[in-house]
This record gives sequence, structure tokens and C-alpha cells, in this order.
Amino acid sequence: MGELLIGLYVFVLAIFVGFEVITKIPPTLHTPLMSGANAISGITVLGAFQAARAGSTELSSLFGFVAIVFATINVVGGFVVTDRMLAMFSGKKKKKQDA
Amino acid sequence: MSGNLIALLYLASAVLFIFGLKGLTRVKTARRGNAMAAAAMLLAGITTLVEMGKVDYRWILAGLVVGGTIGLIAALKVAMTSMPEMVALFNGFGGGASALVALSVFSLALMEGGTSLALSSSVSGFLSVFIGGVTLTGSLVAFGKLSGKLGGAPVVLPGRHWINAALLLVILGAVASFLMSSEATSSAMVTSFLIVTALSLVLGVLMVIPIGGADMPVVISLLNSLSGVAAAATGFVLAHNLLIIGGALVGASGLILTQIMCVAMNRTLGNVLFSGFGGATASGDSRDYQNITSCGPEEAAMVLESAGSVIMVPGYGLAVAQAQHVARELGDLLEARGARVSYAIHPVAGRMPGHMNVLLADADVPYEKLFEMDAINSDFKTTDVVLVVGANDVVNPAAETDPNSPIAGMPILKCYEAQTVMMIKRSLSPGFAGIKNTLFDNDNTMMIFGDAKAVLQGLVAELKELAH
Repeated sequence: MGELLIGLYVFVLAIFVGFEVITKIPPTLHTPLMSGANAISGITVLGAFQAARAGSTELSSLFGFVAIVFATINVVGGFVVTDRMLAMFSGKKKKKQDA
Repeated sequence: MSGNLIALLYLASAVLFIFGLKGLTRVKTARRGNAMAAAAMLLAGITTLVEMGKVDYRWILAGLVVGGTIGLIAALKVAMTSMPEMVALFNGFGGGASALVALSVFSLALMEGGTSLALSSSVSGFLSVFIGGVTLTGSLVAFGKLSGKLGGAPVVLPGRHWINAALLLVILGAVASFLMSSEATSSAMVTSFLIVTALSLVLGVLMVIPIGGADMPVVISLLNSLSGVAAAATGFVLAHNLLIIGGALVGASGLILTQIMCVAMNRTLGNVLFSGFGGATASGDSRDYQNITSCGPEEAAMVLESAGSVIMVPGYGLAVAQAQHVARELGDLLEARGARVSYAIHPVAGRMPGHMNVLLADADVPYEKLFEMDAINSDFKTTDVVLVVGANDVVNPAAETDPNSPIAGMPILKCYEAQTVMMIKRSLSPGFAGIKNTLFDNDNTMMIFGDAKAVLQGLVAELKELAH
């Protein structure tokens, strides 16, 4: 089985896993889900690392550098803002229990 | 490190991502889930750097520092009312990053005579550039509309379907000519990929400008999905399974949200994308209505004072007026007077999925008091007062009663069944659907005209006055 086919297998199965898990996420958490998904789509940063590797060519490194900037904004920004939101959800709960 | 160990570490990351998403299925575990996903990303990043071995890290470090700083500042500064814009922008960055990685691979292979590309890498590379490019500019337009930098109204070009179809054909032609050209004609290949890149960017703009502001929950979900698909396509170019898995998870997530949003508006995705909906404008004239009762905060406060049960229905107007904190204050005040207060959330209230939930959480409203449409719709008939704050189409009974209405069949919050409905609204102007709201004419509806925040502040002041 070639790389392409293995990739397709992985892709299709991952989509099924995604559907199974994500349909169970309640609407209350849909905004954090989206910002968290933003962060996960920053996984492309792994490819950007390889692209930005200095010593290849200037143009490809430049593309890679900008890709790292974009993807890192997503990863860092996405996870931090999601945590901020989720802290608001769970923070209230504690206050309520204290009361 | 051996290749097998690297592959196993990537597998561990993939498993952590999935457990992280599983954590998001419950409020209690959601924060830990997000942390697990972040840990997965960190593990994957470190693994890649180790795998690459000793190379010049300057570009990589610079990119991480610049991107990380921007991301951190944006995430810490953004107001909860601006979450839709921020997610839109991040969708664009995600798509753009994936397209850039593919471009980098192409440029290395072509211009500087690196390794030649396999057919499957070329095809997935073009997919990545195309989807990523459309996502980038489409998201920037969505960002502009959501942040008010561009008008929210749909911009409908004449013959736009033909323009889009023509662009798509040219793109396909360029891809075909690329795949058929040989190494000897690499300048023609460069032209092909420049054409694909440029036209994908144009197509992204053209796809989103005809879509009106209130359809943004659908658009933003779809772009979220596309940013994942672009990452997966880049994964195919690099034969990197973790990119494929991460991209597929995000793609599935965005698709599910897109589907939920479409169902909540009783429209198909095709209708949202291609109809230029919301272009029609009803007059919003008071002549459209025969039986409007309006009142000021004093009168409304007296009705609220004696109410035993109150449901608040927040909509986009609440977000625009940043009125979530006053809304909570009013709710607390009513509860202190013995009323039962709950909040009814329509799936498409606001500009992105779950927008109202986040706003109310921002204002410290316990999420146990927030109810989805299906959970609360049977409660309206036993409710004394419904307070509609900046929502319009999602409470319009015409969706149920008028089969010819543009929103016929759209599931609505059955506010009209309550004893009294108070509509806080700037004017009688129609909502996004551009149609008359028959709720305004009902005998049990009181209109309170004004900015959501100002009116709610007025109500709070009056209620406090009454308490003395």
C-alpha cells in the first residue's frame, strides 16, 4: 500500500472518529470548540517547520517562515482563548458551589 | 531517534487530540480537554524538531516568536463579543498557513530544481493551495463583515455564478496543464501555480461577499471546516499522518457545526452560499403593523416586578450593545424578587455557534440557566414574561403560520405563547430576513424601543426604584 492510500485510510477513519466525538459536544461549548479547532488546524505548523528549514532555498524558507507565523498565531491564540472561555464556564460553577 | 519512535510519538499526539476533543463534550472536563490538545500540539512540535535534527533553526525560532506573541496578545485582549471576528481571522490564518506550506514545497521542487514531485503530491498540493487560498481570503472578508469594517449586507455581483464557474474552470485548466507538462517546461509550470494561487484568493473573496451578516454562523463554520481540510491536504503533500488526522478532525468539526446551523435556519448549505439571501429589504415601516403597543421602562418594570417566571431571549443585538452584563444584573434582580429566570438560546442567535453561551458565561450567568431551543420551547406557555433582547427572526411566528414566508419552516423560539412578550428593539425595522415580524402585532407584545443596553439599564434602575 502506497503512502497516498495509507493517507486516505487515515483521513477517512479520522473523519469518522471526529464525527463520533464532536456530535456529542453540547451547543454551550460550540464557540470554544471552534476556537479549539482553530488551534488544532495549526498542526500544519509541523509542515511549516520543514518548509522553513534554512539552507533549502530563500523563497521556500520565506513561505515556510510566514506559514510558521500564521500557524503559531492559530496554535497559541486558539488554545489560550479557548482556555479563557472555558475558565469562565467553570469559574462560575465554583462560585456557585461556594455560595 | 529512530523513525519508528518518531511515528509512535505522533500517534500519541493523535490520541491526545482525540481525548482532548472528548473532554469538550462536558463543561466539567472541557478545560482539561483543551489542555490535552495543547499538550498534543507541543509534543508533536518537539517531535518534529527532533526529527529534523541539526538544521538552521533561525527562521523557525523567529516564526515561533513572532506568531506566538501575536497569538498570545490577541487571545488575551479579545473581548467575548468579538469572538466571531477572531475565529474568522484564525480560520484564515490556518488556511493560509497550509497553502503556504504547499507553496513552499512547490517552489522548492520547481524553481530551484529540488526533488521532482510525484503526481499525488502535486494534486494534493494544488488542493491545499486552492482550499487554503479560498479559506484565507474568504475568512478575511468574513472578518471584515463581522467586525463592521465591511458592510454586512450581501454584495451581489451580476452574473456572479458565471464568474465563479469561469474562475473554477481556469483553475482546473491550470492544474491540468501543470500535471501534463514535463520538467523541461518548468516556466509554464510556475505560471500554472501562480494562476491557481491568485485565482483561489479571488474566488475566496467572491464566495463570501454575497453572503449577508446573519448567515455568518454558517460561513464561519464552513471556513473552520475548510481550514482543517487544507491542513489535511498539506498532510497528503508531506505524507504526514498527524497533519491528516488533525485536519480531518477539524474538517469534521466544522462540517457538523455547518450542518447544525443550516438545520436551525431550515436552509440548505447551497441556499446559504448561492442565494444572496437577505438582499430583499422590507420597508420596516410602521404602516406594516396595525397593532403596536409600546411602553417605556417604568411600565415594563412594573410588569416584570410581578412576574413569577421570566425567560430572556438574547440575540445579536445583545452582543452589539455589549449588554450581557446588564442582562445578568436584571436577571439577578428579578431572581432576588422571587422570579424564576432562564435564558433561551436559539442555535443561530449571534454570529457564530454558541456565541450567546459564551457572552452570558462572560457575564457570569451559570450555564445551567441557559436552555437550548428544544429544551425550553414547551415552557413558554407557562411563562409570565419573555424578554427578547436584540433577537428578531428567531422569534417570528410567521415561520410557523405563513407557508409563503421566506423563513417558513425555520424552527423558532415560541415566545408568542407566553403571557407577555417584551421586545427590546431599536425600531420596527425588519431582521436579517427582511420580513415583517408578526409577533410585534400580537396583543400580548409590548415593544420597548431603544438600545439594548440602555433599555436594560433603565429596567434595572426602575426595578431598584420599585424595591424602595
